Amino acid sequence: MDAQTIFEKSQPGRLGVMPPLSDVPLPSQPPMWPSGMGRQEAPPLPELSELDVLRHFVGLSQKNYSVDTQFYPLGSCTMKYNPRLNERMAALPGFTQLHPLSDPQQAQGALELMYSLQEALGEITGMEAVTLQPAAGAHGELTALMVMAAYFRSRGEERHLVLVPDSSHGTNPASAALAGFQVVTLPSAANGLVDMLALESHLGPQVACLMLTNPSTLGHFETQIEEICELCHRHGALVYYDGANMNALLGLARPGDMGFDMVHLNLHKTFSTPHGGGGPGSGPVGARGPLVDFLPGPLVAKGERGYHFMTPSQSIGRVRTFWGNFGVLVKAWAYIRHLGAPGLKAASLHAILAANYLQELLKEAYDLPYPGRCMHEFVLSAHNLKAEKGIKALDVAKGLLERGFHAPTVYFPLIVEEALMIEPTETEDVETLEAFAQAMLEIARQETAEDLHQAPRHLPVSRLDEALAARRPVLKM
Amino acid sequence: MAYLPHTPADRQRMLERIGLSSLEELTEIIPSQLRLKRPLDLPPALSAYEVERYFEGLAQRNATFSQGHFLGAGAYRHYIPAVVDTICQRSEFLTAYTPYQPEASQGTLQAIFEFQSLICRLTGLEVANASVYDGGTAVVDGVLVACAQTRRSRVLVSKAVNPQTRQLLKTYAANGAFSLQELDYSPQTGQTLLDGRLDPQVAVVVLQIPNFLGIVEDGPDLVERIHEAGALALVAIPDLHTLGLLEGPGSYGADLACGEAQGAGNPLSFGGPYVGFLACTSKLMRRIPGRLVGLTEDSQGRRGYCLTLQTREQHIRRDKATSNICSNQALCALATTVYLSLLGAQGLRAAAKYAWQNTTYLRSLIAQLPGYTLPLSGPYCQELVVQVPAGQALNLNHFLACEGIQGGYPLGEDYPELSDCILFCCTELTRKAEIEELVTALRSFKEAY
Repeated sequence: MDAQTIFEKSQPGRLGVMPPLSDVPLPSQPPMWPSGMGRQEAPPLPELSELDVLRHFVGLSQKNYSVDTQFYPLGSCTMKYNPRLNERMAALPGFTQLHPLSDPQQAQGALELMYSLQEALGEITGMEAVTLQPAAGAHGELTALMVMAAYFRSRGEERHLVLVPDSSHGTNPASAALAGFQVVTLPSAANGLVDMLALESHLGPQVACLMLTNPSTLGHFETQIEEICELCHRHGALVYYDGANMNALLGLARPGDMGFDMVHLNLHKTFSTPHGGGGPGSGPVGARGPLVDFLPGPLVAKGERGYHFMTPSQSIGRVRTFWGNFGVLVKAWAYIRHLGAPGLKAASLHAILAANYLQELLKEAYDLPYPGRCMHEFVLSAHNLKAEKGIKALDVAKGLLERGFHAPTVYFPLIVEEALMIEPTETEDVETLEAFAQAMLEIARQETAEDLHQAPRHLPVSRLDEALAARRPVLKM
Repeated sequence: MAYLPHTPADRQRMLERIGLSSLEELTEIIPSQLRLKRPLDLPPALSAYEVERYFEGLAQRNATFSQGHFLGAGAYRHYIPAVVDTICQRSEFLTAYTPYQPEASQGTLQAIFEFQSLICRLTGLEVANASVYDGGTAVVDGVLVACAQTRRSRVLVSKAVNPQTRQLLKTYAANGAFSLQELDYSPQTGQTLLDGRLDPQVAVVVLQIPNFLGIVEDGPDLVERIHEAGALALVAIPDLHTLGLLEGPGSYGADLACGEAQGAGNPLSFGGPYVGFLACTSKLMRRIPGRLVGLTEDSQGRRGYCLTLQTREQHIRRDKATSNICSNQALCALATTVYLSLLGAQGLRAAAKYAWQNTTYLRSLIAQLPGYTLPLSGPYCQELVVQVPAGQALNLNHFLACEGIQGGYPLGEDYPELSDCILFCCTELTRKAEIEELVTALRSFKEAY
């Protein structure tokens, strides 16, 4: 049967990997659990041989598209090559077998690594201090917003509004709401950037923060960014930098120099650590000025007797257990050390080059609702294709899957109808970009909507009934 | 430059096509005063070989104590079979994104579905999500679900819950998410005391089993009393492994089981990446955060998997979402899925039993050791609180380190009343000889001071 689960392959009595036998004398009596706490039978787990398990999961892996097997131009996700060197470094036993509660004196290598990374990320973003605790970008946003809330509380200011552009990532408003703020959505200007008049009309004594991505989710640089930050600051509001698009700016410009007060970075985007099918990521947060004192603790500091943990004076406290997604930090630091400043700058320049080149190849066949030079990504629309031939962005996506490419991000940002958001990254060669463009052009020019509705035809499954899944949820077996 | 495929000719061709003659012109969109006019101040680039040498040097400055390791306290050392690494290093799992295009992501989707199923089977609950950041954030997420469901905002947490998890709850409480009060534990048994603390404002009571002091709480009794007050019961699970021996919280009526699955397939790795899980009753299904994978059919009637109930999530609902979570810990959840499949019913039960046997042996030796006592009488699982000679907890750990032994977790900072106590952990990996060496070292230490 298709897509058989590991449970359906189980045979009672079959053994996989057994733990080492205990060699201590057998206890004289069984455990004295409170009534109802001890399991009477073995837990209901599957029973398979080691080879069965290996084949099952290798088989599953073969049903995935990935950066290592396909071009994966998913906008806003920076699906660049994930260097194997990083993996080897994170797998060093001196890192993987290190207990997080080790005496810091016996973990100086790990602390030095974290300290060095904090410093480097501060330099790259123009921030004074960086915490490595947040486990993902959204976790970084939440952390930063809680820092800002604590900062305003300490000043006796009641600011309960957070402004987000209508083009923003969904995590921005969700993080603001989770941090206890009310969200106000700012309409974008006709060019897709921040509308200065709309911004000014919304600013006031209740506004805590403006959350912004730069380049914007349309892939355009927010050219008035200094004025935006000044305007917010004049009204006592802070400005937050969503680092999802930092791959456009390494060594070229720094959020701190633009006037941003806090940033998060996605090490799993900009700094080449793999996405792992949805995680783990890492979302370090940087701060400037008085906000530094409110960062979550502990941070790593350098003292006379080596590196140690320290908690800022007015810290909001912990935002997770232990110190951060350390294994991900190792990979990001390996990337930064291998590339150095010139390599990081070259990465961003070539990411911008690749996006502009691909935009040029595609802008005739698809609508380009916000024309002009892009940064590291650009957003096309299937609006005309839909009107003329009934081909939607989703159909383009499925047609690309059928042709052996991963699809771009579709239906985001929300301000673009039938959006196709394309981020090629710097690690793809020109032949790959051209082959992808060829596939996009074929879909636009040769395909019919009827044909595309059948796509993808050669993958493990065809289009799925997602409504059925939601109407009658089967979430386990 | 490393990882860049462009030849000078490629670059030329690409630039010409967009009407430019140099890379630097690409940055002209950035206002001149914002363009960084100097190189980033970073350490010089290293060759791949030099990177390896440098990282090996850093790694060597960490002491990992592979022979004699008695530290747990929220992060646990278990055996990770080679197949776990093989699968997690598969390109197609490692370098894929969140499965937003289901036809090209069936591998990831089915693996998540199996993770959800395994967590449900072990916790005895009906719904589990695709993972959250770690065991601590899982508890916060569970508390937020409980507050939303009960429309109450008072949270009781046992002092016997991991201190870092309690710190995390305090961060959220200080930000106004809920009010937080702590429950004492019995100084005799180490079990949580609930008497007189429940009232109709309490949304949820947070317990941990086994608790931070290594003691197994009386789950059925506590959950019954919590439900009588109309509150929800959340059981935090510090090490999924213990469910090889202990009943899942769902079986004794808990509404939420939130915990850490690191011990099942993920290395210590200095605290992360780990994998939080959140399981609950089906009644709470539409309130939980994070991704859920469901079973469905494709257009030809074949079985397939897709993300579902996404109207809870940030990319659809924005500020009305149940949570802001986007990236989770998918690859770590995959490690746990492979791990639990490899150990299976018999393997996990054996591992948990051996850990308890090894702990029992350590306990029996310490019970006879002059100068050391076992202050808590409650039933234990794989960790033990040991009272050491007065004022010597930190010195003892230094002494053990010099003997090549990773000692336990000194409790004084988190529990002033246990200032002379250390929490020791044994797992299935702990050998009899290691236990005896530890006890010998404890005896020498007592004699030396």
